[in-house]
Amino acid sequence: MNMKKCIVNQWTGSLRAASVWAGSTAFTAVHAVSDLPGGPAVNQLNLQVPVTQIAQDQAWLHWLMLILCTVIFIAVFSVMFYSIWKHRKSVGHKAANFHESVTVEIIWTVVPFIIVILMALPATRVVIAMKDTTSADLTIKVTGMQWKWGYDYLKGEGEGIGFYSALDTAQREMSSHGGPKAGEVVNDYLLKVDHPLVVPVNKKIRVITTANDVIHAWMVPAFGVQQAAIPGFVRDTWFKAEKVGDYYGQCAQLCGKEHAYMPIHVRVVSPEDYSRWVLDEKKRLAAQADDLAKS
Amino acid sequence: MSAVLDHPVHGDHHSHVPTGWRRWVYATNHKDIGTLYMLFSLTMLMIGGVLALIIRAELFQPGLQFVNPELFNQLTTMHGLIMVFGAIMPAFVGFGNWMIPMQIGASDMAFARMNNFSFWLLIPSGVMLASSFFMPGGAPATGWTLYAPLSLQMGPSMDMSIFAIHLLGASSIMGSINIIVTILNMRAPGMTLMKMPMFCWTWLITAYLLIAVMPVLAGAVTMTLTDRHFGTSFFNPAGGGDPVMFQHIFWFFGHPEVYIMILPAFGIISQIVPTFARKPLFGYASMVYATSSIAVLSFVVWAHHMFTSGMPVTGQLFFMYSTMLIAVPTAVKIFNWVATMWQGSMTFETPMLFAVGFIFVFTLGGFTGLILAMAPIDIQVHDTYYVVAHFHYVLVAGSLYALFAGYYYWSPKWTGVMYNETRGKIHFWWSLIAFNVTFFPMHFLGLAGMPRRYADYPMQFADFNAIASVGAFFFGFAQVYFFFFIVLPTMRGQGEKAPQRPWEGAHGLEWEIPSPAPFHTFETPPKLDITATKIIA
Repeated sequence: MNMKKCIVNQWTGSLRAASVWAGSTAFTAVHAVSDLPGGPAVNQLNLQVPVTQIAQDQAWLHWLMLILCTVIFIAVFSVMFYSIWKHRKSVGHKAANFHESVTVEIIWTVVPFIIVILMALPATRVVIAMKDTTSADLTIKVTGMQWKWGYDYLKGEGEGIGFYSALDTAQREMSSHGGPKAGEVVNDYLLKVDHPLVVPVNKKIRVITTANDVIHAWMVPAFGVQQAAIPGFVRDTWFKAEKVGDYYGQCAQLCGKEHAYMPIHVRVVSPEDYSRWVLDEKKRLAAQADDLAKS
Repeated sequence: MSAVLDHPVHGDHHSHVPTGWRRWVYATNHKDIGTLYMLFSLTMLMIGGVLALIIRAELFQPGLQFVNPELFNQLTTMHGLIMVFGAIMPAFVGFGNWMIPMQIGASDMAFARMNNFSFWLLIPSGVMLASSFFMPGGAPATGWTLYAPLSLQMGPSMDMSIFAIHLLGASSIMGSINIIVTILNMRAPGMTLMKMPMFCWTWLITAYLLIAVMPVLAGAVTMTLTDRHFGTSFFNPAGGGDPVMFQHIFWFFGHPEVYIMILPAFGIISQIVPTFARKPLFGYASMVYATSSIAVLSFVVWAHHMFTSGMPVTGQLFFMYSTMLIAVPTAVKIFNWVATMWQGSMTFETPMLFAVGFIFVFTLGGFTGLILAMAPIDIQVHDTYYVVAHFHYVLVAGSLYALFAGYYYWSPKWTGVMYNETRGKIHFWWSLIAFNVTFFPMHFLGLAGMPRRYADYPMQFADFNAIASVGAFFFGFAQVYFFFFIVLPTMRGQGEKAPQRPWEGAHGLEWEIPSPAPFHTFETPPKLDITATKIIA
């Protein structure tokens, strides 16, 4: 696995260097946009930096596929372009008349079949891992609604906490007014929320999704997680973030006019910070309940 | 009146070519109806293209500049519906109408009046689709997939679109029945099934697919309609309905549908490559079997569009495996085309350029399809621009390029004049470059996590979006150029006169008749040689 990680990081590194060069003149440069850690990088070419085992595996699978496909692509098209170069009428090539060969045809049916099986094997392992939502440390219900997210901590430390999470209103205004103006640096444009989801690092978090109105999808690329939130139904997925930090995603299923404006922000914190946050939240909830009782 | 009385039995077809508006409204001639189909498709291509360019203009920079998010969603929806149902599908039916009777030596399509009806149903549905922007509440804004329960929130234009889809479905089914009956019953003696040109084979298989899945789509949209107005709850969770059921039904239609849009394209390419390689198609029989197996497999892969909707692990594995399996017959086709070119004597007129361009760029789209078939990777890029890049690689660089290739290949037969070769080459290179500038960066956007159907996006995505928008406008202009400088002149009969067989290596019955093809062809079944490609006098 370490070897795998190393290869992934190396490739990602060189890709990033290329993208820095490519992007030095364009819009992002004029606006001095920089990479958003835990979110998209400027002119990013590949998947986001993984912070879960699943996302790491997905990135590895993607490299595997990319390399295999590139090799096949080059092999097939070198034959085609060689033929285009050599077997032209203008260079005086005379047409042969062969039009079938059972041996060749069987070979090129069987070989792709074997390649496909070889591709499917590692993918199967990851699918099974992705689907295993058992023995979670923390269970959170995520409710999609037009157009914000609701988070309810159902089980584990912080049980009973619940809140909404919506896009920062100033950023929504900014979007309506033509986006960030030249010189304005908004690295988290359309990704800033009023109330991020907070989870502890290195704990298995089970996410149960549902929705209030139409289908939404909860996606955090750095975790390798995307799960539709379907009204009237519950679905689940999980992640175990291995690094403290802020991670971003966006609603991935068309859900109406504000579809582009319901981002996801997950703050991964240390266990101590998480306990502190739970305490603060509980206090806030108690105060809210108090206010309600008084009025 | 007297003319009718004078000829109670109307036997002389040769002299009678109807003129004026009657020729088109009452059209029963397969060639006229084919022309109508293609003109309709070209019109819809332009309308759908304008919608795409408004989308790309909006996405040129972050922030909303031209349209509001509501209208943006309407634009993506109608761009999809119009391109799929208005541009690509009717274009292939147009090709089928023109070419199938001429390729199998039949006098016309089997059901001439039904043929007329299936074309004229397109006009009201096209008008309804295009005009839905002017209804109260605007056009449907659900995406072309019309997912419930979002479709239940739409205004009256949703009902109009449902009606339009019903009409389009009826039209497609009638067209398919016509094609199947024509191919099975009206082949000239000696034209056995396994001697048929590949284009007829692919259309025969496609027609069966259409008959199988169009009623499924009709069912899905009808249930949507009754959910909207008659208190049923098929898909409405508020009444116990299941929104995921809609996805299953839709994609049970939707996946064969994408093969409906690509199989006839394979047929066109399989005719053009041997012609310009001056060598018979390699592995004709395996081509037929590969096409059939793609068609059969297309019914068992639909849920790969729904990996993120949530399904049991066995379901995910099954749909992953079955989808990856499709790579095998598709690879066989690519190998067959390359083997056809191998040791040939190739020339590169515009049809061949588009065919080679098709093989090259479509294969890229095929590979991204294989990558998307892997459920773990799909979880990352589902509903992102990666998917947008993938299906434009197979639909634009696939279906549309094959249609262009077919146009350049057969238009001398249709119009009687040669297109201008230099202009054709300009159109090809211009389209190829602009297409890749538009859609290649979308792979990066998708991998980085930019969801599709977004009116506005984080600033980190700005540069690739800007590049894609510039490319899109160049691609759009290339098609305007195609219309005004290639299609219009050939339609007006400007250009060199086309010989009966304009391509040295072309074989088949369509090249045994003069250019332009006379109004009526093969009124008596021709006598064919052993290969069924030549008429023996």
